[in-house]
Amino acid sequence: MKQINPINFMRLELAAISTNESFARSTVCAFATRLDPTMDQLDDIKTAVSEAVTNAVVHAYDGNDGIILIEAELFNDHISIRISDSGTGIGDLDKMMQPFVTTKPEEERSGMGFTVMQSFMDSLNVESHVGRGTTVSMKKFFAQKSRQAAGA
Amino acid sequence: MHLRNRVHRDTLYISLDGELDHHTAEYVRDGLDSMMLQTAAAKIVLDLASLRFMDSTGIGVLIGRYKKMRDMNKPIFIANPSGQADRIFKMSGLYSIMPKAS
Repeated sequence: MKQINPINFMRLELAAISTNESFARSTVCAFATRLDPTMDQLDDIKTAVSEAVTNAVVHAYDGNDGIILIEAELFNDHISIRISDSGTGIGDLDKMMQPFVTTKPEEERSGMGFTVMQSFMDSLNVESHVGRGTTVSMKKFFAQKSRQAAGA
Repeated sequence: MHLRNRVHRDTLYISLDGELDHHTAEYVRDGLDSMMLQTAAAKIVLDLASLRFMDSTGIGVLIGRYKKMRDMNKPIFIANPSGQADRIFKMSGLYSIMPKAS
Protein backbone atom coordinates (compact mmCIF):
# COMPACT_ATOMS: atom_id res chain seq x y z
CA MET A 1 0.00 0.00 0.00
CA LYS A 2 1.20 3.48 -0.83
CA GLN A 3 2.20 5.58 2.17
CA ILE A 4 0.19 8.79 2.19
CA ASN A 5 1.82 11.80 3.77
CA PRO A 6 -0.26 14.05 6.01
CA ILE A 7 -1.18 17.47 4.63
CA ASN A 8 -0.44 19.00 8.02
CA PHE A 9 0.77 17.94 11.46
CA MET A 10 1.20 19.32 14.97
CA ARG A 11 3.05 18.29 18.08
CA LEU A 12 2.35 19.73 21.51
CA GLU A 13 3.91 18.96 24.88
CA LEU A 14 2.13 20.19 27.96
CA ALA A 15 2.20 19.88 31.73
CA ALA A 16 -0.20 17.25 33.08
CA ILE A 17 -2.32 19.70 35.07
CA SER A 18 -6.08 20.13 34.93
CA THR A 19 -5.96 23.71 33.62
CA ASN A 20 -4.50 22.30 30.41
CA GLU A 21 -7.48 20.03 29.70
CA SER A 22 -9.53 22.78 28.02
CA PHE A 23 -6.44 24.17 26.30
CA ALA A 24 -5.61 20.75 24.83
CA ARG A 25 -9.09 20.01 23.47
CA SER A 26 -9.53 23.54 22.05
CA THR A 27 -6.11 23.43 20.37
CA VAL A 28 -6.71 20.10 18.62
CA CYS A 29 -10.13 21.35 17.47
CA ALA A 30 -8.64 24.55 16.09
CA PHE A 31 -6.11 22.42 14.21
CA ALA A 32 -8.87 20.18 12.80
CA THR A 33 -10.94 23.06 11.39
CA ARG A 34 -8.77 23.00 8.25
CA LEU A 35 -10.65 19.82 7.25
CA ASP A 36 -13.94 21.70 7.34
CA PRO A 37 -15.64 19.45 9.90
CA THR A 38 -19.23 19.90 11.04
CA MET A 39 -19.91 21.31 14.52
CA ASP A 40 -20.90 17.82 15.66
CA GLN A 41 -17.66 16.33 14.40
CA LEU A 42 -15.68 19.07 16.18
CA ASP A 43 -17.59 18.34 19.40
CA ASP A 44 -16.76 14.64 19.01
CA ILE A 45 -13.04 15.38 18.67
CA LYS A 46 -13.12 17.89 21.51
CA THR A 47 -14.78 15.40 23.84
CA ALA A 48 -12.50 12.49 22.95
CA VAL A 49 -9.34 14.60 23.41
CA SER A 50 -10.68 15.83 26.76
CA GLU A 51 -11.22 12.24 27.92
CA ALA A 52 -7.72 11.12 26.95
CA VAL A 53 -5.98 14.15 28.46
CA THR A 54 -8.04 13.88 31.65
CA ASN A 55 -7.07 10.22 31.97
CA ALA A 56 -3.41 11.24 31.79
CA VAL A 57 -3.84 13.94 34.46
CA VAL A 58 -6.01 11.88 36.81
CA HIS A 59 -4.66 8.35 36.39
CA ALA A 60 -1.27 8.31 34.65
CA TYR A 61 0.31 10.96 36.86
CA ASP A 62 -2.26 11.10 39.67
CA GLY A 63 -1.49 14.71 40.57
CA ASN A 64 2.28 14.37 40.19
CA ASP A 65 4.36 16.31 37.67
CA GLY A 66 4.35 14.87 34.20
CA ILE A 67 4.24 15.66 30.51
CA ILE A 68 1.47 14.89 28.05
CA LEU A 69 2.39 14.70 24.37
CA ILE A 70 -0.28 15.41 21.79
CA GLU A 71 0.42 14.70 18.13
CA ALA A 72 -2.11 15.18 15.36
CA GLU A 73 -1.94 14.66 11.61
CA LEU A 74 -4.40 15.87 9.01
CA PHE A 75 -5.08 13.79 5.94
CA ASN A 76 -7.50 14.49 3.09
CA ASP A 77 -10.37 12.69 4.72
CA HIS A 78 -9.44 12.25 8.39
CA ILE A 79 -7.54 13.46 11.43
CA SER A 80 -5.29 11.13 13.36
CA ILE A 81 -4.55 12.02 17.00
CA ARG A 82 -2.09 10.46 19.44
CA ILE A 83 -2.07 11.35 23.13
CA SER A 84 0.79 9.89 25.16
CA ASP A 85 1.98 10.01 28.74
CA SER A 86 4.92 8.48 30.61
CA GLY A 87 2.93 7.69 33.72
CA THR A 88 1.93 4.57 35.63
CA GLY A 89 0.39 2.69 32.72
CA ILE A 90 -2.72 0.52 32.77
CA GLY A 91 -2.43 -3.05 34.07
CA ASP A 92 -5.64 -4.68 32.92
CA LEU A 93 -6.44 -2.71 29.77
CA ASP A 94 -9.37 -4.88 28.62
CA LYS A 95 -11.07 -4.38 31.95
CA MET A 96 -10.40 -0.63 32.14
CA MET A 97 -11.88 -0.11 28.67
CA GLN A 98 -15.25 -1.43 29.80
CA PRO A 99 -17.93 1.10 30.72
CA PHE A 100 -18.30 2.14 34.36
CA VAL A 101 -14.98 0.59 35.40
CA THR A 102 -12.85 3.09 37.33
CA THR A 103 -10.04 2.86 39.86
CA LYS A 104 -11.23 6.12 41.43
CA PRO A 105 -14.90 5.79 42.43
CA GLU A 106 -14.20 7.83 45.58
CA GLU A 107 -13.39 10.81 43.34
CA GLU A 108 -16.70 10.29 41.54
CA ARG A 109 -15.00 9.26 38.30
CA SER A 110 -17.60 7.69 36.01
CA GLY A 111 -15.41 5.11 34.27
CA MET A 112 -16.89 6.19 30.93
CA GLY A 113 -13.79 7.78 29.39
CA PHE A 114 -12.77 5.03 26.98
CA THR A 115 -16.42 4.32 26.10
CA VAL A 116 -16.89 7.97 25.11
CA MET A 117 -13.66 7.98 23.05
CA GLN A 118 -14.74 4.79 21.32
CA SER A 119 -18.20 5.99 20.37
CA PHE A 120 -17.26 9.58 19.45
CA MET A 121 -14.31 8.63 17.22
CA ASP A 122 -14.13 6.26 14.23
CA SER A 123 -11.20 4.29 15.58
CA LEU A 124 -9.49 3.96 18.95
CA ASN A 125 -6.33 2.10 19.84
CA VAL A 126 -4.79 2.08 23.31
CA GLU A 127 -1.31 0.83 24.09
CA SER A 128 -0.10 0.76 27.66
CA HIS A 129 2.87 -0.57 29.60
CA VAL A 130 2.88 -0.59 33.39
CA GLY A 131 5.52 1.81 34.67
CA ARG A 132 6.14 3.28 31.23
CA GLY A 133 2.94 4.96 30.16
CA THR A 134 -0.01 4.95 27.81
CA THR A 135 -0.61 6.03 24.23
CA VAL A 136 -4.13 6.60 22.93
CA SER A 137 -4.48 6.75 19.12
CA MET A 138 -7.74 7.90 17.57
CA LYS A 139 -9.04 8.74 14.11
CA LYS A 140 -12.00 10.73 12.89
CA PHE A 141 -13.09 10.60 9.25
CA PHE A 142 -14.81 13.42 7.36
CA ALA A 143 -16.78 13.60 4.15
CA GLN A 144 -14.29 14.62 1.47
CA LYS A 145 -16.13 17.48 -0.24
CA SER A 146 -13.95 19.79 -2.36
CA ARG A 147 -10.68 18.55 -0.91
CA GLN A 148 -11.05 15.41 -3.00
CA ALA A 149 -9.89 17.21 -6.12
CA ALA A 150 -6.91 18.78 -4.39
CA GLY A 151 -5.81 15.49 -2.88
CA ALA A 152 -6.24 13.29 -5.95
CA MET B 1 -17.77 27.94 35.10
CA HIS B 2 -20.62 29.64 36.89
CA LEU B 3 -23.74 28.38 38.68
CA ARG B 4 -26.96 30.36 39.09
CA ASN B 5 -30.08 29.30 40.92
CA ARG B 6 -33.67 30.43 41.23
CA VAL B 7 -36.77 28.92 42.77
CA HIS B 8 -40.11 28.87 41.01
CA ARG B 9 -43.05 27.30 42.83
CA ASP B 10 -41.80 23.93 44.16
CA THR B 11 -38.76 23.69 41.90
CA LEU B 12 -35.14 24.76 42.30
CA TYR B 13 -33.64 25.64 38.91
CA ILE B 14 -29.84 25.61 38.66
CA SER B 15 -28.14 26.87 35.48
CA LEU B 16 -24.67 25.64 34.60
CA ASP B 17 -22.81 28.25 32.60
CA GLY B 18 -19.43 27.26 31.13
CA GLU B 19 -17.51 24.01 30.70
CA LEU B 20 -17.85 20.97 32.97
CA ASP B 21 -14.65 18.93 32.94
CA HIS B 22 -12.21 17.51 35.48
CA HIS B 23 -10.76 20.98 36.09
CA THR B 24 -14.12 22.55 37.02
CA ALA B 25 -15.68 19.41 38.60
CA GLU B 26 -14.86 20.26 42.20
CA TYR B 27 -16.35 23.75 41.90
CA VAL B 28 -19.52 22.37 40.30
CA ARG B 29 -19.81 19.56 42.85
CA ASP B 30 -19.45 21.90 45.84
CA GLY B 31 -21.74 24.53 44.31
CA LEU B 32 -24.50 22.07 43.47
CA ASP B 33 -24.27 20.45 46.88
CA SER B 34 -24.60 23.72 48.76
CA MET B 35 -27.56 24.84 46.62
CA MET B 36 -29.36 21.51 46.62
CA LEU B 37 -28.84 20.44 50.22
CA GLN B 38 -30.16 23.74 51.53
CA THR B 39 -33.22 24.09 49.35
CA ALA B 40 -36.78 23.76 50.58
CA ALA B 41 -37.94 23.04 47.01
CA ALA B 42 -39.39 19.59 46.28
CA LYS B 43 -37.50 18.97 43.05
CA ILE B 44 -34.48 20.20 41.16
CA VAL B 45 -33.97 21.03 37.49
CA LEU B 46 -30.43 21.35 36.13
CA ASP B 47 -30.58 23.72 33.15
CA LEU B 48 -27.74 22.96 30.73
CA ALA B 49 -28.65 25.53 28.05
CA SER B 50 -25.46 27.51 28.78
CA LEU B 51 -23.20 24.50 29.30
CA ARG B 52 -20.78 24.80 26.39
CA PHE B 53 -18.86 21.58 27.03
CA MET B 54 -19.11 18.43 29.11
CA ASP B 55 -17.14 15.19 29.08
CA SER B 56 -17.62 11.97 31.08
CA THR B 57 -16.43 13.77 34.22
CA GLY B 58 -19.90 15.33 34.19
CA ILE B 59 -21.51 11.90 34.50
CA GLY B 60 -19.55 11.20 37.67
CA VAL B 61 -20.50 14.58 39.12
CA LEU B 62 -24.21 14.10 38.33
CA ILE B 63 -24.39 10.53 39.63
CA GLY B 64 -22.75 11.73 42.86
CA ARG B 65 -25.41 14.45 43.27
CA TYR B 66 -28.17 11.95 42.50
CA LYS B 67 -26.99 9.70 45.32
CA LYS B 68 -27.04 12.59 47.79
CA MET B 69 -30.50 13.85 46.82
CA ARG B 70 -32.00 10.38 46.63
CA ASP B 71 -31.63 10.13 50.39
CA MET B 72 -33.67 13.35 50.72
CA ASN B 73 -36.31 12.13 48.28
CA LYS B 74 -35.80 15.01 45.87
CA PRO B 75 -35.75 14.11 42.19
CA ILE B 76 -33.37 15.84 39.78
CA PHE B 77 -34.25 16.55 36.13
CA ILE B 78 -32.06 17.58 33.17
CA ALA B 79 -33.17 20.46 30.93
CA ASN B 80 -31.79 21.71 27.60
CA PRO B 81 -28.74 19.43 27.12
CA SER B 82 -26.62 20.05 24.01
CA GLY B 83 -26.54 17.30 21.39
CA GLN B 84 -23.12 16.26 22.65
CA ALA B 85 -24.19 16.13 26.33
CA ASP B 86 -27.35 14.29 25.30
CA ARG B 87 -25.30 11.53 23.66
CA ILE B 88 -23.11 11.11 26.75
CA PHE B 89 -26.21 10.93 28.97
CA LYS B 90 -27.83 8.32 26.73
CA MET B 91 -24.63 6.30 26.51
CA SER B 92 -24.28 6.21 30.29
CA GLY B 93 -27.96 5.63 31.06
CA LEU B 94 -28.10 8.79 33.16
CA TYR B 95 -31.66 9.59 32.08
CA SER B 96 -32.90 6.53 33.95
CA ILE B 97 -32.03 8.28 37.23
CA MET B 98 -32.26 11.92 36.07
CA PRO B 99 -35.03 12.19 33.46
CA LYS B 100 -35.20 14.95 30.90
CA ALA B 101 -37.44 17.79 32.08
CA SER B 102 -40.48 18.08 29.84
